[in-house]
Amino acid sequence: MNALKKYLGVLWILLGPIAVYYLIKTAASEIAKKPEIDTKIQWGVFVVVFLPIAIGMVIFGYYALKGEYAHLPENSKETNER
Amino acid sequence: MNQSTASKGIWKVIAASSVGTLIEWYDFYIFGSLATIIAQQFFPSGNPTAALLSTLATFAAGFIVRPFGALVFGRLGDLIGRKYTFLLTLVIMGGSTFAIGLVPGYASIGFAAPLIVLVLRLLQGLALGGEYGGAATYVAEHSPPDKRGYYTSWIQTTATLGLFLSLGVILIVRHSLHSDLNESIRRFDDWGWRIPFWLSIVLVGVSIYIRLKMKESPLFSKIKAEGKISVNPLKESFGHKMNLKMVLLALFGATMGQGVVWYTGQFYAQSFVETVCRISFDQSRTILIWAILFATPFFVVFGSWSDKVGRKWIMIIGMLLAISTYHIIFDQFLKLSEPPGQVTRVVEPEVPEITTIARAKSSDSIRTTTKAFHHFENGSVYKQVAIDTVKADGTIKAGPLLYRDKVVDTGTYWKFVALVFVLVLYVTMVYGPIAAFLVELFPTRIRYTSMSLPYHIGNGVFGGLTPFIATLMTTIYVNDKLSGLWYPIVVAAVCMIIGAVYISNRIDPDVND
Repeated sequence: MNALKKYLGVLWILLGPIAVYYLIKTAASEIAKKPEIDTKIQWGVFVVVFLPIAIGMVIFGYYALKGEYAHLPENSKETNER
Repeated sequence: MNQSTASKGIWKVIAASSVGTLIEWYDFYIFGSLATIIAQQFFPSGNPTAALLSTLATFAAGFIVRPFGALVFGRLGDLIGRKYTFLLTLVIMGGSTFAIGLVPGYASIGFAAPLIVLVLRLLQGLALGGEYGGAATYVAEHSPPDKRGYYTSWIQTTATLGLFLSLGVILIVRHSLHSDLNESIRRFDDWGWRIPFWLSIVLVGVSIYIRLKMKESPLFSKIKAEGKISVNPLKESFGHKMNLKMVLLALFGATMGQGVVWYTGQFYAQSFVETVCRISFDQSRTILIWAILFATPFFVVFGSWSDKVGRKWIMIIGMLLAISTYHIIFDQFLKLSEPPGQVTRVVEPEVPEITTIARAKSSDSIRTTTKAFHHFENGSVYKQVAIDTVKADGTIKAGPLLYRDKVVDTGTYWKFVALVFVLVLYVTMVYGPIAAFLVELFPTRIRYTSMSLPYHIGNGVFGGLTPFIATLMTTIYVNDKLSGLWYPIVVAAVCMIIGAVYISNRIDPDVND
């Protein structure tokens, strides 16, 4: 199971940039189709909000690849370890 | 303290937390439910600045400000305590809701009106971001380990009951302003929409009174007395790898999928039934009201069950059921709203009702004319309208004849209720155990901050965007009315895989750390 957790990490690392590419591509095409303030604001908000989430997905994948999820902390002593 | 005193105490804690959270959800939802009327009052169509403010009010409050509120109030909750923080969120929410009901319309004070409404809406989003984490943490920190899922599930019912309350109040007020229904609706659209906002101040007042009598969470009091409270909860929550990895796991393995299942079941379903199936305003809302009423007890059932079998698999199975049946259920909605057999009677209106909507940045207009009411053999009545385009030069391009405001027969109506009930049942599976799951993931000193952010990104961003993205997809892929479902299906599927592979099913026996 731990091996699967690690290998899937690659998938999560790739998923972040792929999602952002698809989002920006769709945003650009929708704004070009209907260049109104509503459309720009709407897609602008989508991109701004999802960008940090995609970065979070990459970090999640990186942690998974490094085996950080092989063992989950069970008390605050473990959580406080740096 | 004997067991019955302790038991009485926990129910006071649950009641105080739940009532306040329910009211906050009510406040948040009435704005959304009355969005069309609010837009008419404050955001005049055709004006680009007003359109900008309107879009910001709709998007910013739900998607940007809620996670920001989670950070602001989560940090406060971990520094000064749970009780005073969620009292503050309640005051902000109640005050802004009441104030929205007082703001004069655009016609009276011009651009100050939409600007004030935008600020108040942002305050609502901020308060909501801080409320839930506090209430869930407060109840969980009072609960015994073997009943944490059961007790916190009462908090989980509040979001759905808040929606129920907002829909109920709006329908009652809309029907009560005059004995003639059409006049009552006209009055509601004119000024009566303010009443649900004003009502909030009474509800919030009662809730503040109850919450003021409550004591601080025992776990927070303990770590405070021992001098162990966090100095910088934000840094500890997101700056340290050991905790950040749990925040990311909570988001991508639980709350992201839970958010889309929730918003698909309760919001997109209602929107789909009303705007795609064209079921009438009242029926589309009462269908949801009945479904919520029947399904709400299951939040407690699944929360309680999670104390016995663990939180993880109940949530994962809820997501699995949702992604594998969404297409079937929404396809049934379409089939149920098709014309049911032969038209037995056609009633033409004495004076045709004509509505004209100007298109933005165009001199063409869309004109909707009521042609007839078609009565079917099973008792359903569909309104037939002509959708024509009035060109700038005055010529009219005749459009198609379509059915609108469908009032379905009793049997079909209850089939709709049953299908929406199934969707809300999925919501109860993914949402019932999640408060206990999140609380157990983080230590007391940074619990409020750490659990609030993934919850509000999962629900505010992934969930809150569901109706918009789903509707948007139907405008891109116009030939497939079910194309909007791909967004919740893909998000829930990714979340389900992450949750199944990475999350532990272990119930934390001790959250006193």
